[in-house]
Amino acid sequence: MSRMSNATSKAMSDGMHPLCPSRESGQPIVSVRGLVNRFGEQVVHDGLDLDVRPGEIIGIVGGSGTGKSVLMRAILGLREPQAGQIDVLGLNALTDDATQRRAIERNTGVLFQDGALFSSLTVGENVQVPLKEYHGDLPDSLRYELALLKVKLAGLPADALNKLPSQLSGGMRKRAGLARALALDPPLLFLDEPTAGLDPIGAAAFDRLIRTLQQALGLTVFLITHDLDTLYAICDRVAVIADRKIVVCAPIQEVERFDHPWVHEYFHGPRARAARTTREAAS
Amino acid sequence: MTDTTAHPPQIDADDASPSRLRLSGSWTLDYAGQIGTALGGAPGGVDAIDATGVERLDSVGVLQLLRFARRADLEFDVFTFHESHQALVSAIEDVADDRPRKKREYGVSAALERLGRAVHNNWREAMALVGFLGETQIKLLRMFKEPGRFRPTATVHHMEQVGLDAVPLVALLCFLVGAVVAFLGANILRDFGAQIFVVELVSISFLREFGVLLTAIVLAGRTASAFTAQIGAMVSREEVDAIRTLGMDPIDLLVIPRMLALLVMLPMLTFIAMIFGLLGGLTVGAYSLDIPPQQYLARMHETMELRHFLVGLAKAPVFALLISLIGCLEGLQVEGTAQSVGERTTSSVVQSISMVIILDAFFAIWFMEMGV
Repeated sequence: MSRMSNATSKAMSDGMHPLCPSRESGQPIVSVRGLVNRFGEQVVHDGLDLDVRPGEIIGIVGGSGTGKSVLMRAILGLREPQAGQIDVLGLNALTDDATQRRAIERNTGVLFQDGALFSSLTVGENVQVPLKEYHGDLPDSLRYELALLKVKLAGLPADALNKLPSQLSGGMRKRAGLARALALDPPLLFLDEPTAGLDPIGAAAFDRLIRTLQQALGLTVFLITHDLDTLYAICDRVAVIADRKIVVCAPIQEVERFDHPWVHEYFHGPRARAARTTREAAS
Repeated sequence: MTDTTAHPPQIDADDASPSRLRLSGSWTLDYAGQIGTALGGAPGGVDAIDATGVERLDSVGVLQLLRFARRADLEFDVFTFHESHQALVSAIEDVADDRPRKKREYGVSAALERLGRAVHNNWREAMALVGFLGETQIKLLRMFKEPGRFRPTATVHHMEQVGLDAVPLVALLCFLVGAVVAFLGANILRDFGAQIFVVELVSISFLREFGVLLTAIVLAGRTASAFTAQIGAMVSREEVDAIRTLGMDPIDLLVIPRMLALLVMLPMLTFIAMIFGLLGGLTVGAYSLDIPPQQYLARMHETMELRHFLVGLAKAPVFALLISLIGCLEGLQVEGTAQSVGERTTSSVVQSISMVIILDAFFAIWFMEMGV
């Protein structure tokens, strides 16, 4: 690995995931336009627009009940919105076309809040589930090694492979969930409150893990969080949901200064000051 | 995604130096099979591999190359990767080393061990049931001293669920079984000219056995499983632990209301079952055996003895206790996983149905020997 070639090709210009649109093209990897979500009388989103740029970690914040998870579920096709257009990797996410849906599912990884591991399967079997589903022709030994690799990439010890989810701690379950989300090397990763319920040290380690994996695997990360430390530590841009829309989507320094009562409250409360001080002390 | 710009993985020998290989194409999960073939056919005696021409690389590609290097006894630094792949390669290289050992063993001794464990587990389950019976009874007695512990609302709620809601099912089943018994019995009795004895056949069998047995079996399937699933779901979501830490007793809160509800409702359902079984016999008698209802009822009035009814009804509370205790105990033994809830539910239905039938057989022998 010592020598570097200067041969380049268009597909590997900047270490991005191969299926990702390149950064220069200016094409978003996820684009949401005019999204409307209603539960009965209650309107959660009303004309929400959002672009996720390739290769970034975008943090989604908002008060409880503002529809962060609903937005993620709509993008993932788990929920049909009342109106709007959603494109993921250049494909229409709201289509009924089974092959297109499958292509999107194949190329997105999701970490649910508590890992959502299949509780009757071991961690290793959990990670192998998507591999079996999409690449059933892989030899067993290779599939096993891939699962082992993903488990270790997610920062778990090798012997966690044979454990059941119920035998793991909350933090380890999240890592195992991350390993399963990464099983197919997806270009796009969705994380729903990855650091919720972790102790501060574990949360910081998980933040670093996400950053490292994002850089190593060239991922684009859509991250829902309440954790201010995560926002300051790893997010390239932060999108704030309030008043049923994205009120601002920009790097965190700009978002901090944005004039909106909720944003002000969020970024200038006591916890935000603490997070900012830590961040400044570290850098 | 169907990707039209990708090329399959390829290995070529360098023209200038034969011990040097050039890799190109896509080394990704979609081409895993072809990567395996390509690496399998790679020439030996390699001392440098140039992977800078690889267009696409993911963790599968790197893993396959690592495996190839291990097999061919190469140091991993014979590979040269493109700059943009460095981060990926080093991330994977860092973690691809040790592996866990397989756990499960096979063979005679392992089979014996599993058999021993199964026997031991069964014994423990039996002891747990007996222990649970004692614990529940003590806590029931304590309730008389401290009536505040009694939960009337929960008890009534369960009475509705296990009793009232089961009435249509129990009634229908018993009516049909009563009709079948009358019909089959009459077919044989007709040969002896003793068709009228169908009345005794149906009334004795339903009062003594079928009424209570059918009810208990229906409730074992319907209620024991519901108890296990309800309590099991609470255990797996740590709700039962929450109850304990709030200073309440899960036995008072969850088990006793269910047990009392079943203790009250199973005898009542048994009574309904008996009535509908007799009605089944009556209907068959009227419509296909030429025994008019007046005659049927008069015959029943003459021949029926109270002791049959009491024998049947006496078994009901015992079955109620058994079904509710097994259902609740299995629920409390659930461990964490969703699969465990399912296993325990199955086990509670199997245990309660078989225990009901076994106990019923013992009752039959005992009552017969006692001349009741």
